[in-house]
Amino acid sequence: MATVRLTRNYRFSASHRLNLPELSFEENQRLFGKCNNPYGHGHNYVMAITVEGPVNAATGLVVDPAALDAIVHEEVIAHYDHKYLNKDLPEFATLTVTTENMAANIRDRLRAAWPESFPALAHIRVQETKRNVIELPVIEGVV
Amino acid sequence: MLISRRAEFSASHVCRSPQLSEEENVRLYGAGANANGHGHNYVLEVALEGTPDPATGMIYDLKDLKDVMMREVIDPMDHRHLNHEIPPFDKVIPTTENLAIEIWRRLEPQFKDAPARLHSVRLYETEDTFVDYFGK
Repeated sequence: MATVRLTRNYRFSASHRLNLPELSFEENQRLFGKCNNPYGHGHNYVMAITVEGPVNAATGLVVDPAALDAIVHEEVIAHYDHKYLNKDLPEFATLTVTTENMAANIRDRLRAAWPESFPALAHIRVQETKRNVIELPVIEGVV
Repeated sequence: MLISRRAEFSASHVCRSPQLSEEENVRLYGAGANANGHGHNYVLEVALEGTPDPATGMIYDLKDLKDVMMREVIDPMDHRHLNHEIPPFDKVIPTTENLAIEIWRRLEPQFKDAPARLHSVRLYETEDTFVDYFGK
């Protein structure tokens, strides 16, 4: 049976601020630049979720697309969209809101809710801007 | 090292399983189950794996790769109705998954004696949905 990877893009908009409380204002400004400005700023994030598994012979599908959309919306979009991530999300109360940490958080949220009947969660890509992208492989898989 | 080339084709299709009820088809394939079909601008990315030839500096001549993609995939499928005109989609549901697998089947033999091997087929159905197939 053929194994494929299917990727779907999702979007959310959110604000954040990069700041380390143990550093001085000047040191934070030097390390994070504009991303440290005191009131935060926002992005239109694009997130790509990749699943990997066998193609169902009867349906020709690797995953029920509506079921995948539902879990991503429930676990990620509803949680992240139109929020100030530093203040509105408890997991970032003490964790810096970098795209790296967001990708890992998204992976953990999806994993915790991932149905057993689903193909494997294979890869997560989070694009903060067109120039800044984090790739997080979750499994090695068939690549 | 990988080298890849992109090509586009536009085609129509219907995603319906004869094993499912009308209600189940609509639930699973959504608007894709519309009996009269609908279309996409598909984007195909084909990647070859190999080592650059010391004489030419190339893994594979991109013009030759373009010709193979045009001959085996784009020319036959462009502006066609996949279910009605492109076997095996009279019997196999032309989901993005099955279409990527069929494109691999058409391309893979073309590189049997080539200096590079087919690494992957990536097929975008829309800008926001794509399938990768690695022949496994």
